Amino acid sequence: MKPEKALIFELSHPGRVAYSLTECDVPQIEPASVIPEGMLRSKPAELPEVYEVDVIRHYTELSRRNFGIDNGFYPLGSCTMKYNPKINEDVARFPGFAKIHPYQPEESIQGALELLYTLQNDLAALTGMDQVTLQPAAGAHGEWTGLMLIRAYHESRGEKRTKVIVPDSSHGTNPASATVAGFETITIPSNERGLVDLNALRAVVGSDTAALMLTNPNTLGLFEQQIEQIAQIVHDAGGLLYYDGANSNAIMGITRPGDMGFDVVHLNLHKTMSTPHGGGGPGAGPVGVKSKLVPFLPKPIVGRREDGTYFWDTDRPQSIGRVKAYYGNFGILVRAYTYIRTYGPEGLRRVSENAVLNANYMMHRLAPYFEVPYPGVCKHEFVLSGKRLKTFGVRTLDVAKRLLDFGYHPPTVYFPLNVEECIMIEPTETESKETMDGFIDTMIQIVKEAETDPQLVLNAPYTTVVNRLDEATAARKPVLNCSC
Amino acid sequence: MSEVRDNLYYSEEHEWALPAGGQIVRIGITDYAQCQLGDIVFVELPELGSTVVGGDSVGSIESVKTVSELYTPVSGKVVRVNDTLIDAPEAVNSDPYEAGWILEVEIEGSVEEAVGKLLTPERYRAVSD
Repeated sequence: MKPEKALIFELSHPGRVAYSLTECDVPQIEPASVIPEGMLRSKPAELPEVYEVDVIRHYTELSRRNFGIDNGFYPLGSCTMKYNPKINEDVARFPGFAKIHPYQPEESIQGALELLYTLQNDLAALTGMDQVTLQPAAGAHGEWTGLMLIRAYHESRGEKRTKVIVPDSSHGTNPASATVAGFETITIPSNERGLVDLNALRAVVGSDTAALMLTNPNTLGLFEQQIEQIAQIVHDAGGLLYYDGANSNAIMGITRPGDMGFDVVHLNLHKTMSTPHGGGGPGAGPVGVKSKLVPFLPKPIVGRREDGTYFWDTDRPQSIGRVKAYYGNFGILVRAYTYIRTYGPEGLRRVSENAVLNANYMMHRLAPYFEVPYPGVCKHEFVLSGKRLKTFGVRTLDVAKRLLDFGYHPPTVYFPLNVEECIMIEPTETESKETMDGFIDTMIQIVKEAETDPQLVLNAPYTTVVNRLDEATAARKPVLNCSC
Repeated sequence: MSEVRDNLYYSEEHEWALPAGGQIVRIGITDYAQCQLGDIVFVELPELGSTVVGGDSVGSIESVKTVSELYTPVSGKVVRVNDTLIDAPEAVNSDPYEAGWILEVEIEGSVEEAVGKLLTPERYRAVSD
């Protein structure tokens, strides 16, 4: 790796340009003669002045510092960093998908509408739901949309329900989405096996319960075996069940949220359906619902006429309205459709089986070196505790930093919060045994280093562009703009 | 090992309470809590003059690792908050029992009774061990 790099602004030399324009063939006018004074710049914008080759080299080098799933193993628990098949990219670039406009007449985009219609149905079939909206642009956006649907449902029945229940192991986005949707969040503790405590749930449900939000398998990678009883308790109180689909990679083709009693589901297509992660999106978080919630879905959804043509169904008087411009992130939906159709139903089931198998293999090989707070069979991910290493003055953060020296993206650390010195690993189904063994052997080596030469781990990483960043100062005194 | 002071009362959520004269109880988080949180980067203080109920969240503490709720161990009115934490939240790490105090609550009724419901240093040592 090269040392720390100058900013593009620091490379600037007056007069250098990366463009050449032809002579202007229309009369030039003074900006001040047509633009009000208050809207004119008092001095020119400070744009970097560099040659084209310097721009290209600068950004190419920066891009090479990115770490992605195409560079190496990325076992970031809870995030499902699976390989994104390149056929998805081929299909998304078909002109019929890439070069259309949302305002085109319906009859000129029948193929695209058919894809959306089919994807709605595929996701409904996969989750056991009756109808799906593809609009939400991310998982948390899907959560919020789902909660707004729940709110509309209760209100349509003349009920005022204000509380959303979440387990303490839930994704942080669950309480956040509930708050943004105008609900009050109630957190219930997990039992000693890391699952929902039924008595704690019974103690908080009531006539003010709007919904229970749950991931299954949960954030600890454990399947909520009492899900039917949980559903019964919530439904008996008049509440609804919300399924956070973040962990769907463990259950495809094996079980369905709809069959477990859930009323609303979101799926993270950038996790389960192999669309790209990162860079802040674009993502997609489609939401599926049972029939009683269908009238409230965002409009439009894609419908199919008896003559086989497809249309934007906007005649939905009880709809909560649009939740995203146009129809969500269409290019991402094309990729997800491609993935589903490439694998087919049996293939998707094997995806989940292999994701679970890989996670269990890794957990069993790593168990002798770490503590496994919830032993047994895990689903697609598992948690370890690094607390034993504290005896040597080494914490989970240090292990994560040392992994960088070996070219791995570290697992998720310090989440979920109810596990001390938590390490959360999710290999996904796309990794070979050799890749997993390589990572496991490195983890074991780091444990041995911690026991015999803790300083080696405490001072890591050594091979990266920068070493330990001062995270505390970065958070306390952030520098949010460049003034060089 | 984290420090547990003998002159303080404690909550299971790792806050300490100190009878500070009159009806005033001073509140902060324990050495164990700050150690678990890691470098603290932001303390969200309760509103001055607000009424708080024992066991309820009155603010939050953000560290590089996580955001954690701040619970008040006693009920009453918030009469003082430690403004210096706005610019120097690291005081909660370096000096949790003195410079890193967070708020003062004026309680109604007996101070002794209010803090009597909390954990003694001996019992808190067992909790945070």
